[in-house]
Parts: sequence; C-alpha cells; structure tokens
Amino acid sequence: MAISFGTAFAGHDKFLQFRSDRSAVLANNIANADTPNFKARDITFSSAMSKAQGDSLKMRATNSKHFEITSNSINEDDGLFYRVASQPSLDGNTVDLQREQAEFAQNSLQFDTSFMFLDRKISSMKKALNGGL
Amino acid sequence: MSLNNIFAISGSAMSAQTIRLNTVASNIANADTVSSSEEQTYRARKPVFSAMMQDSMRAYGWNEVSNDEFGAGVGVEVKGIVESDAPLQPRYEPDHPMANETGYVYYSNVNPVEEMADMMSASRSFQTNVEVMNSAKSMMQKMLTLGQS
Repeated sequence: MAISFGTAFAGHDKFLQFRSDRSAVLANNIANADTPNFKARDITFSSAMSKAQGDSLKMRATNSKHFEITSNSINEDDGLFYRVASQPSLDGNTVDLQREQAEFAQNSLQFDTSFMFLDRKISSMKKALNGGL
Repeated sequence: MSLNNIFAISGSAMSAQTIRLNTVASNIANADTVSSSEEQTYRARKPVFSAMMQDSMRAYGWNEVSNDEFGAGVGVEVKGIVESDAPLQPRYEPDHPMANETGYVYYSNVNPVEEMADMMSASRSFQTNVEVMNSAKSMMQKMLTLGQS
C-alpha cells in the first residue's frame, strides 16, 4: 500500500552514495600524487555492496545451534583495496595521475547517470501521485 | 556525505603544493647567494609530504569516520621542510667582498634545473586538484536539484 522509497528507487540512491564515496577515494589518490610511499587505493561496487549487505563469506547454518561467524578479516579495510602499480617508482608511490584522472572523470559521469535515473524515478512517482497531470 | 570531504582533501593538496611552490620560489631566488662560511650558506629547501592520518584530520574539524563510511578521505600534509645535503660550491674568489680569509666564497647548492622541473610538477598537481574540486562542486550542485524536474 504505502510507497516504499527503498524499493521505488531500485538501489539508485545506494549507487549514488557509492559514487560519491568513490570520488572521495580517487580525490585522495590525486591529492597524494606526490607523497612518497603513498599507495593508491580504490573501491569496487561489489566490495561496497557486500559490505552494505554484510554477507561476505558467511558460514552456512543448517542447524539452529550453529553459530554465525562474522568474518572481519575479509573486509577489514572497508572494502578498500590497493591498486596494482603499472610501473614501480623510486619513492614508493603507486599513484598514476593520468589513470586516476580518467577514473575520476568516469566516476563523475556514472554519478550523473545514477542521478538521472533517480531524478526520473522521483518525477515518475510525482506523476503517479498527480494522476498523470 | 563524502562529497564534502573532497573539498578538504583537494584543499589540503592545494595548500601542500603551494608550500612546495613557495620553497621553489625561495630556492630560485637564492640560487646565486653567497656567504663566507659553510654554515651560513643557503641550502635548497624541500617540503616533506605525507598522507594525512585520520586523527590529525579530526583536529581540522573533519567528520568522524563512521563504520558506514569509507575510511579513505585523508588528504596530504606537509610534515616539515628539510634542507638539501648536496655539497655546496666553494669557489676561490679572493676579490669577492664576502670572501673569507682563505679567499673562498660558498655558493648555495640549489640546482636551478631541478627547481624548474619541481615548479612545473607542483603547478600541474595544483591544477589537477582544482579540477577535482570543480567536479565535486558540480556534483554537489546537481544533488541540490534532485527531484525538481
């Protein structure tokens, strides 16, 4: 009966959140492009998704007496992983500025896409509430 | 909202690059300064960059990094400024007004070519961070128009 925003948005709000999180990670890589020994990091949507769902590496419980083991080791770094450096550098920095810029531009385009989807969802809900007026 | 953090991240990087540009300006300005003793001679200065830790960011009024946020936003800070250990250039110039009793003057160890390359790198990095900040700004402005169409 009631309109649930969670289902109506079809996960696009989560995706938007992920895109803004990722833009912060990439901005941090770009900010530390000249920092010695800085290791570039990134997050993937699947790592963020499994963290949000909290079901990464769950044991299967076939009996009610089975304990649930929450594994913290698999996503202890909040789904962040380290980039594999394309080439070694003398100061131990693994930031490839061109690559980070490209990723950042792509990420903001994907942000715009998610935003557009979310915007259309909202306007279609408005249309439904107005009776198509 | 982590878009807010981008302003602090890029801002910290821009300030770090400004400090780097300042040291370059100081080094180039003092490239030809002389003195009569080794201790008083100008030595090239370099900033030491390091990734900012979350504790120090909190002191700057940052949001507490909670569990549902990615602990990625740290930024960059200048740990300090060090002087170069490269050898100075003693030159035998007895006519120089700054010459010591043995007739030597000490020239600074600034390498102008290195400084120019450093200057280009610093200004490029600064520009990149300005671009990042602009994109974050347009993303935030777009968020404000959500549901208005």
